[in-house]
Amino acid sequence: MGTGISRRRFLENGAKGLVAAAFVPAFLKADPSKAFSTPDGTVMKLKNYYDHFTISEEIIREVMQTALSKGGDYCDLFFQHSISNYIGLEDKSVNRAYSDISYGVGIRVLKGDQTGYSFTEEITPNAMKLAAKTAANIANETKKFDPVPLKLHETPNYYKIETPWEEVKIDQKIPYLQKINEKVFAEDNRIIKSNVWFIDQTTYNLVANSEGRITYDYQPMSQISVSCTAEQNGAKEQNGFNLSGRRGIEFFTPANVDRLATEAVRRTTNLFEAVKPEAGEMEVVLAAGSSGILLHEAIGHGMEADFNRKEISIFADKIGKPVAEKFVTIVDSGTNPNIRGSINVDDECNDSQETYLVEGGVLKSYLHDRISAKFYGLKPTGNGRRQSFRHPVLPRMRNTYMLPGPHKREEIIESVKKGIIAEDFTNGQVFIGGGDFTFYVKSGYLIENGKIQRPIKDVNIIGNGPEVLKNINMVADDFKMAEGGWTCGKDGQSVPVSMGLPTVKVSSITVGGVNS
Amino acid sequence: MKNERLNLAEWATKYAQKQGADEVKVDISNSRSVDVSFRDKKIENLTEATENSLSLTIYANHKYSSHSTSDLRKDALEKFIEEAVSATKYLSQDEFRTLPDPKYYPKDLDVDLDLVDKQYENVNPEKRKEIAKEIEEIARTQSDKIISASAGYSDGISESVKAHSNGFLAENKTTYFSCGASVTVKDESGGRPEDWYWGSSRFFNQLPDPQKLGTEAAKRALRKIGQSKIKSGKYDLVIENRSGGRLLGMMSSPMSARALQQKSSFLEGMLGKQIASEKLTLIDDPFVKGAFGSRLYDGEGIATRKKVVIEKGILRHYYVDTYYGKKLDMEPNCGSPTNILFEYGDKSAEDMIKEMKNGIFVTGFIGGNSNSTTGDFSFGIVGLLVEDGKITKPVNEINISGNAKEFWNSLVEVGNDPYPYSSWKIPAFKFAQADISGI
Repeated sequence: MGTGISRRRFLENGAKGLVAAAFVPAFLKADPSKAFSTPDGTVMKLKNYYDHFTISEEIIREVMQTALSKGGDYCDLFFQHSISNYIGLEDKSVNRAYSDISYGVGIRVLKGDQTGYSFTEEITPNAMKLAAKTAANIANETKKFDPVPLKLHETPNYYKIETPWEEVKIDQKIPYLQKINEKVFAEDNRIIKSNVWFIDQTTYNLVANSEGRITYDYQPMSQISVSCTAEQNGAKEQNGFNLSGRRGIEFFTPANVDRLATEAVRRTTNLFEAVKPEAGEMEVVLAAGSSGILLHEAIGHGMEADFNRKEISIFADKIGKPVAEKFVTIVDSGTNPNIRGSINVDDECNDSQETYLVEGGVLKSYLHDRISAKFYGLKPTGNGRRQSFRHPVLPRMRNTYMLPGPHKREEIIESVKKGIIAEDFTNGQVFIGGGDFTFYVKSGYLIENGKIQRPIKDVNIIGNGPEVLKNINMVADDFKMAEGGWTCGKDGQSVPVSMGLPTVKVSSITVGGVNS
Repeated sequence: MKNERLNLAEWATKYAQKQGADEVKVDISNSRSVDVSFRDKKIENLTEATENSLSLTIYANHKYSSHSTSDLRKDALEKFIEEAVSATKYLSQDEFRTLPDPKYYPKDLDVDLDLVDKQYENVNPEKRKEIAKEIEEIARTQSDKIISASAGYSDGISESVKAHSNGFLAENKTTYFSCGASVTVKDESGGRPEDWYWGSSRFFNQLPDPQKLGTEAAKRALRKIGQSKIKSGKYDLVIENRSGGRLLGMMSSPMSARALQQKSSFLEGMLGKQIASEKLTLIDDPFVKGAFGSRLYDGEGIATRKKVVIEKGILRHYYVDTYYGKKLDMEPNCGSPTNILFEYGDKSAEDMIKEMKNGIFVTGFIGGNSNSTTGDFSFGIVGLLVEDGKITKPVNEINISGNAKEFWNSLVEVGNDPYPYSSWKIPAFKFAQADISGI
C-alpha cells in the first residue's frame, strides 16, 4: 500500500527479518525444484531461457510494439523465475520448511523521466500484451514502433558456484542445521534456546529492451542464520550470527559451520557483561566489516541519483567537492566475487561495475539507473535494480565499502580517550534530505584511555551524513567485507546488499545511552 | 473468478492429500492495484497490475511445511504440490503441528464488517491522476522554500478464499484507498529536510481532502527548517499519534506465544501484573466496521474476539496461536493484533504541549531498535523542542534510550486524538523524564 511509511529507507540484517518471517510463513519460502536445470546440467543459454519462459524473440518484439504504441520512448521486459527455500530448526528439531515460487514478467515503458509499469504472472502473449497496453498509457500519442532485432549482451559471472541450489535436496541441508544446533548447546551451558535457519534462493532473470539488447542472469543466494538465547542468574540475553552470499553449499565448510555456532554463542553470552554507555557525543571506532553500515546510511543512499536529480538529497550540489579527508575512498561495486550485493548485470541490461562515490576525499559519482544517467548525460553505472518483476527499477546500492587507509587498528584504539568501538549491527535508516542517519549497535565495547573496556549493548548511533564523513579522521589498513545477510529497503522495495569497512574512527557522533 | 478460486482450492487440497498430506490448508488470493505518483506537474510513475497467489500448508504425519507460488498454471501447480509434499517427509515429526481444532473456527461467517467499497469498480482512472495532481499542486505551492513535492494515490481490491481440510471454508474481500504527499524544503545551512502526510481508508469517499494532505505535508517539512541537536538529559515527551506505533511495537512482539515459548520475551510471567502505568488500557477489537484490522478469523481460521490486552497497566492477554499455544498448554486466541484501540483521555497533543515545561514533541522516529528479550531500546527521534508550554525550535539527531518496562511506567497521559489512518488507533502519549542523548 502506498503510504508514507513505505517511502522509508531502511537496512536490516538477516537474523531480524527471519524471526519476523517465522511468524508469517506465507512470506517465506522453500523447496527443491528442478525447474531450471538444463537436461545435461550445463549452464543455461539464451535459448534455454526462451524455452523456459515459453517465449521467443518474435513474441518479445510483438509485446514491445504494443508497449510503445502510445509514443513511449523506451521499454523493457523483465522475465523472472525465483525459487526460494527455507528450512528451520527450533527446539532441537528440523520441524519446518517454507518455499516460495515467484514467476512473471514486468513491462516498463519510459517517456522521458516518466514510468508506466505493469506486470503479469501469466507469461502468455495475450496477458503480456494486455500488461503492455496498460504500461503504454504513460504516453498519449499514436505512434508506430518498429522493433529492432535483439542481440545478446554477454556478461561476466561474478558468482560461480559448484552445485546449483536446485540440485541440493532438503535431506542434504538438514544435517547442517543439526550440527550447528549441537555445537551451540555444547559451546556454553547457559544456552537455553537455539534457532537455525537455512535459506537458499535461485533467481533467473531475462531482460530485453527496445534498443535491442537482451541479457540474462542466474543469481544464486544462500544464508545460514543462528540465533540463541542464554540465561544467567535469571537474566536472559539473545543474539545471533549469520553468513550469507551468492554462494553454493560448498561455502558452508566445517570451519564456517563451526564459526556460525561459536560466534552466535559468543555474541549472546557477551551481553551479560554489557552496560549502556553514557549518553551524548563521543569518539566512535567502527570495527572492520559490517560497520560499513555507516557508509550505506551516511552517504550511500544520499548518492542514489534519483534523489539528486530531484534535488532532495543533501549531496545534490556536492559533486567534485571535498567531503572527507584525503585517505577516504568509498566505492559501490557489483563485481565482488560471491558477495551478496553483486550482480552480473543490472535489471535494465546495463553492465555491473565498480563506481567511485568518493575518491581521495572528493565526491566523485552518483549511483545511476537509466533515467538518471540520461538526465545527467552520463553512462549508467549499473545500479538499476528492482525487488522483482513486480517492481519498477530504482538506483540502488550493491556492495558499498571504503578502501583501506594509512592507519593501524591498534593506533586507532590507542588514540581514543573516551568512546566506544562498535562491532555488531542490526539495522539503520536515513533521511536523504536532512542527512540524519542512524544505525543500531547490537554490541561493542567501551574504550577508555586507549584501552578496550566492558562490552556495551543496544545503542542507537545518530549523526548527519556530510558531517560524519568530515569527521572520519583515521582509516586503518584492515579492510573486511560484511558477511551477513543485509537487505536494503527503499520505496517499498527490498534488495540484497553488502558493505565493508576497514577499522575507522569518527571523531564525534551521538551515541544513545543513559544520562548519569 | 469466485468459483474458479473455490474450485482451485478444492483441487489443490485433494491433490495434496493424494500425494500423502493428512491435513491441508489452502489460501488463494487475487488482487488488483493501481499506483500513481506525481511530481513537478507531471506523472512520475503509473503502475497497474493484477496479482495471484496460492499458498499451501501441509501436515503429513505431524510434519509441517508451507509453500506459496504465483505460477498458477495447472501443470506447474501439480509439480509444486508434489515437491512440497515430498520435501515435507524429510522433516522431523512434531506432535504440536496440526490444523486448529474446528471448535475454534467462527460459527457465523455471515457478518458484514464493511470492508469493501462497492464503488471500487467505478473509480475513474482519470480521477486517480487528478487527485495526485491536485495534492502535488497544493503541496508544491505552499512556500518558495519547497524544492520538491511529490504526491501519490493508490488503491486496490483483494479477494481471497481460505480452505482447510478439516472443515473451514471462507471468502474475504477488501478494498483500500490511500493518497498523500512528501515535501522537501531547503534549509539555510544546506540541509533539505523532508516530511510527509498520507491518509488512507477502505472507502474512496472517506479519503482526506487533497487540500489538507498537501498543506499538512508542506507545513510539517517547513517547520523542520533550522533543526538542530540539543543537550543530553532528561526530557518530558509528547509523542504524536502517528508515531506511537514504534513504542507500542516493542510491547506487542514480546506478547506473542512464540516469544514466550522461545524464551525471548521480557513479558514472560507477567500475566496479571503491572507492565505499564495505569493510564494504559489497550483493547484489541477485530469488529470495528470498515477498519483496516477488522476480521472474523485470523490467518489460521480461528475466530477473532474482542479482548482487553492491557487493563490499567496490567497485562491480561498474550497473543496465542495454535502451535505455540499447544507447546505452552495455552488456548489459542489469535496470534496477531487486529485493530488496537485505547481508553482515550481528554487532552489533545496541543493541550499536553501547553502543559509541558521542558520537553520534546516527538513527530517521528528514525532507525533504532528494541530487544524483546530484555526490553532495552534505543531509537533516533525528530521533533520540536517545547519550553514553558511553547514550541521553540525543531530538533533532530538525538536518541531516546531506555527499557520498555520502566518507560511504559512513565506514561503520564493518554490523548483523545487517535490516528485515523491505521488499524492501530494510537493517540498522543505523554511520558515523564525520558533519557535523551544529544550533544
